[in-house]
Amino acid sequence: MSADQEQRTIRCLVAKVGLDGHDRGAHVIARAFRDAGFEVIYSGLHRAPEEIVQAAVQEDVDVLGISILSGAHNTLVPKVIEGLKEYDAFDDTLVLVGGIIPDEDKEELLELGVAEVFGPGTPMEETVEFVEANAPER
Amino acid sequence: MNAAAETELVEELLAGKHRALARVISKVENRQPGYRDIVSRLHEHTGHADVIGVTGSPGAGKSTLVDKLAAQYRERGETVGVIAVDPSSPYTGGAVLGDRIRMASNVGDMDVFFRSMSARGTLGGLSTATSDAIKALDAFGKDRIIVETVGAGQNEVDIVRTADTVVVLVQPGSGDDVQMLKAGILEIGDLFVVNKADMDGASRTVADLEEMLHMERDPTAKLDTGGFEKPDHPDQDGIDADGADAEEDEAEHWEPMVLETVAKSGEGVEELLDTLDAHSAWLDETGRRETKAKQRYAAEIRQLLRADAADLIDDELDRRGGVEAMAERVLDRETDPYTVADEVLGPIEDCVREQRE
Repeated sequence: MSADQEQRTIRCLVAKVGLDGHDRGAHVIARAFRDAGFEVIYSGLHRAPEEIVQAAVQEDVDVLGISILSGAHNTLVPKVIEGLKEYDAFDDTLVLVGGIIPDEDKEELLELGVAEVFGPGTPMEETVEFVEANAPER
Repeated sequence: MNAAAETELVEELLAGKHRALARVISKVENRQPGYRDIVSRLHEHTGHADVIGVTGSPGAGKSTLVDKLAAQYRERGETVGVIAVDPSSPYTGGAVLGDRIRMASNVGDMDVFFRSMSARGTLGGLSTATSDAIKALDAFGKDRIIVETVGAGQNEVDIVRTADTVVVLVQPGSGDDVQMLKAGILEIGDLFVVNKADMDGASRTVADLEEMLHMERDPTAKLDTGGFEKPDHPDQDGIDADGADAEEDEAEHWEPMVLETVAKSGEGVEELLDTLDAHSAWLDETGRRETKAKQRYAAEIRQLLRADAADLIDDELDRRGGVEAMAERVLDRETDPYTVADEVLGPIEDCVREQRE
């Protein structure tokens, strides 16, 4: 049916949290996601965790990609995850973290509920394929 | 999705759960099974919100202005829903939805529900999805709903026409007066806003707009046109045609206005708000709101029926071996398009006729 044909599109929020002005990576990822046929919402720079939560909930995104290069991931990511839980949005949102994350912190983030951490040099296809394979079923 | 889950989702939305509202809009966008039932159930709870459409060329400052408007409404204690439509790639279907970046004044305020939507390319599908999303926000209890789209093309005009009040944003220096003659720009606006009014050439743009609007309203003023009459405005059907006397006519007609704003600093936003209120009051006083709503529902019913009928025909085409095979027969001169159309539609017509009797 033309008007009723299901048109599922993966929606992603690419988010920059905290005092970190480096957004080239976020832009590159946003573009790669767009070219993969996803709908990408970019948060803009210097967002507070609450803003990211607000955006993720209202936009009903399948994927939340948080880009952090400032080293504040251990403070910011838990806040975002807490916020998502508050709105019942954590269970069916795929949370990814990209940026400079030391190995020992990576384990911690994964335990918190982050699905994957992508460091520098990750091929774009890998990230896109990961999203396509793991985007939550709704 | 089963009926129980649908009921739960609708109940959660009506109870004010943000997640449920977001999910309903996703279902509407995705055309997911069961979305029709959900929207039907929401319908009885709608009809309370004031819907404002904002359109204008890319970079005119729509998102920034919408942000400021939303903040003002919030200050007055009203809740706001925003739907921002951005284009999607015709090749991959992907999109970057960037309007949210401008929503800086309403950070952390969950009573401003901001939703980005992409124009997913299906003809007519977008306006249906948008009007369904508006219904969801309305049922949720939002007082004001602002729909923001890039104003180019039929699709966008269709969306904007679903609004009670349409604001057209123009930026200074956006071409001479001939640009404004282009169809669809002047006709759809109830209010015109020259944004970035601190830029050079803003007053010129205001003057051009005012002149054009004046011509639009009364193109033959003081001219001997030799019998030329301006065609009726499609949205004002029956008002002028009834031969209402001049006085009545004056009350029934809304004179579009040109305002100036600097969205970034918030200059002029208050005046815009007052004018929006005035238009809203005018809609209520003249009963135009109801007329508009009626027209809107009529259009919606037509659109749905057209889509459903097209689907029915698509099924029938598939059953008969697909439209490709028919095209080949036409190409081989075995038959012609009219005959094929009659063949396909004939049985359906017969069916309808039988039912009628």
